[in-house]
Amino acid sequence: MFETFPSQALIGGILIGISAALLLAFNGRIAGISGILYNLLFNPLSSAERGWRAAFLIGLMGGGYLALPVEFELRQGYSPILLVIAGLAVGIGTRIGNGCTSGHGVCGIGLMAGRSMIATATFMVSGIITVTVLRNFIG
Amino acid sequence: MQRLIIALMSGLIFGAGLVISEMVNPVKVQNFLDPFGNWDASLAFVMGGAVAVTLFTSRFIMKRKTPIFADRFYMAAKTSIDGRLVLGASLFGIGWGLSGYCPGPGIINALINPAEAIVFLPALIIGGWVGQRYSA
Repeated sequence: MFETFPSQALIGGILIGISAALLLAFNGRIAGISGILYNLLFNPLSSAERGWRAAFLIGLMGGGYLALPVEFELRQGYSPILLVIAGLAVGIGTRIGNGCTSGHGVCGIGLMAGRSMIATATFMVSGIITVTVLRNFIG
Repeated sequence: MQRLIIALMSGLIFGAGLVISEMVNPVKVQNFLDPFGNWDASLAFVMGGAVAVTLFTSRFIMKRKTPIFADRFYMAAKTSIDGRLVLGASLFGIGWGLSGYCPGPGIINALINPAEAIVFLPALIIGGWVGQRYSA
């Protein structure tokens, strides 16, 4: 399972929870990354509605940048076709399912939303089946 | 202005959390989604830590009539569980498993592994657009 206690995972997770709590407590908004991205890109919004979403995404990139460099080895030579299929599936799925790991998994479960609990259980099981099939029957 | 600063700070903390927790490592994510193989359970602590914070804080936040800097809480419009939710979440899980990226790490990956991001991100955005058309 893991060699040492995964303190980085726990610290990172707590930071993500604090981020979501901050956005909800002060702005009344759900820190759901897929929804923030799609609403910014595809929906006609007032400048205030665009502004906070853009600020969040700029912050997301900036925070990621500040926490670099990563300690892991970068994946190389992974199938671009798989990445395209994956990107389309993540995009379509998170739009019609109204959320991803952040919106459903972190925020929705925190709010005890039944929809988010079902969504999270579904994408976890679906992800596990996918990796199991990919690694044992395809890759 | 206050709300913009909060959104920026929230994004900053979220992005740092994704990198520190290694949610941005697609191989680690795939190992997490592989309990019957080479299982790496450590990422359970990411969601566990995040949900522990949101479960605890949401109880107090939602007791307020309004957020601190806004006129109301903007909650999800839908509350019913339907086929679209399950279909969408299933598709998302397939894409997450195939790539190791969910949307947040997929975006930050532009800074980490641009060779993969340049393929994954446009597909994510096109997929979101298609999903939006299908939703309307």
